[in-house]
Amino acid sequence: MLREIIPLAAMSEFFEALQTVPLLRYALLAGILSSFSFGVVGSFVVVRRIGYIAAAIAHCVLGGIGGAIFLSRTFDIPWLTPMTGALTVAILSALLIGYVTLHAKEREDTIIGAIWAVGMAAGLIFLHYTPGQGVNLESYIFGNILLTSKSDVWATAILSLVVVGVAILFYPKLVAVCFDEEFTRLRGVNSAGYFLLLLVLLAVGIVLLVRLTGIILAIALIVLPAATASRFGQRLWSIMAIAVFLSLVYTTSGLATSYIAELPTGPLIVILAAIGYGISFLIPMNRFR
Amino acid sequence: MSLEPQVAVGLSNVTHKFGSTLVLDDVNASIKVGESLCIIGPNGGGKSTLLRIILGLLDPTSGEVRVFGKSPKAARKDMGYVPQSIRFDPLFPISALEIVLMGRLDRLRLGGYSRDCRAKARDALEMVGLADVASKPFADLSGGQRQRVLIARALASQPKVLLLDEPTANIDLSVEEQFLETLKVLQKSMTVLLVTHDLDVISEIGDSVLCVNRRVHRHSLPLSPTTIAEIFSGGHRIEHDRRTRHAQGDHSACRHE
Repeated sequence: MLREIIPLAAMSEFFEALQTVPLLRYALLAGILSSFSFGVVGSFVVVRRIGYIAAAIAHCVLGGIGGAIFLSRTFDIPWLTPMTGALTVAILSALLIGYVTLHAKEREDTIIGAIWAVGMAAGLIFLHYTPGQGVNLESYIFGNILLTSKSDVWATAILSLVVVGVAILFYPKLVAVCFDEEFTRLRGVNSAGYFLLLLVLLAVGIVLLVRLTGIILAIALIVLPAATASRFGQRLWSIMAIAVFLSLVYTTSGLATSYIAELPTGPLIVILAAIGYGISFLIPMNRFR
Repeated sequence: MSLEPQVAVGLSNVTHKFGSTLVLDDVNASIKVGESLCIIGPNGGGKSTLLRIILGLLDPTSGEVRVFGKSPKAARKDMGYVPQSIRFDPLFPISALEIVLMGRLDRLRLGGYSRDCRAKARDALEMVGLADVASKPFADLSGGQRQRVLIARALASQPKVLLLDEPTANIDLSVEEQFLETLKVLQKSMTVLLVTHDLDVISEIGDSVLCVNRRVHRHSLPLSPTTIAEIFSGGHRIEHDRRTRHAQGDHSACRHE
């Protein structure tokens, strides 16, 4: 009783658990590693105003998860994990949505909405036909970070490194494409290619979020830290740095609090991010300008 | 050597249709190297389409476009394009210098811009009189400053021809004068093509104008009231032009004074 009232004691309980419970350690590591990727990707999403594309990709991911579970159980393909399916479909839907955005003359939102719904519907139908015991759909829709394994941590590390590395290597071109696609093309840069690259990075960032917050809440952690950061940063790179820092704070404190208070982790992290965004409006922007 | 390189922009029998709508009809024009002029015409007359065709952003339905004897896409390196500043997201977190550096994108491989590129970008900002706002966010600049940053970006590419799309549309009059001074200096060293429907601007750039209204005609300056009426098909513009001339001491268009 007393331990729950005194936060310090509760915190020490969390640190003790980190030593003894490997799953909690993996969850914390995965949360920290993935924060780098969605801080960076989210900043591009906010300044380029493509939150709806992020949301569409996130929902399509369910199609990948359902498809992978269905195929791996029906045809006995052990390496086809839900996350492999999620990554494949996320990247494919990112490319498809990118193609629509670049080439549709009008009503691209309608087409993107259709892709969004079809991706999700396909996932549910795949899961309906999946043989064997029922699949815990809820853990994909709302996330369950405590399902993280050691190999997941490695996968998260590699994917996060790829996202951040590519963003650094192509930073000026990605910024240029976001700011003025037409001028970038006139300078002989393959601007469509770089826009698609950006959406692929976004797809990877979203997949890394699925275990943490699930597909429905992924959009919140893509957008909220970067939106908060954009109120204070004057350049894209400074917004990215602040967004990564905020993401680290939200994931680690969210995980610790949810463990202590026995609350669902993903939703708690999202609430923390939303509170942070709300508080940012109380701080005058001019102070930093 | 052929005569080709003497022509900065050459259009022969250029026709463009959007669906079944004829926007440009058999356009022939030739702009010499070193020559500068304005492209004018009513809204919807095809000015922007013509500019986009010259830039190679749009392929004409038929006809041929040559820029310094090459196809527009091959000549992109030599073209500096200045779009309207109103098009941009004013909240985009970017500094003036970062925007100007985009003019050097074609020289960029991986990672950041070279020291040489940064020096060229700073030179370009200096040329438009904005060296002191290099690190300021785009959002904090005035309309006139934003427009000049976009000119500096085009200059950073070291172009042979500068193409501007309605650069005075969103800036106030006091800034416009300053802006025209910058252009007057620039047209001494390169070809300047300026799309506008601002009659005050055309007399400052070059000694003729290209009038675009489905067809294209070249008129020498100053324009007669009948020409203006033909171009803009309305009395409003003529009266505006008369008042401008009147203010400048030119009463040729005034009736009772």
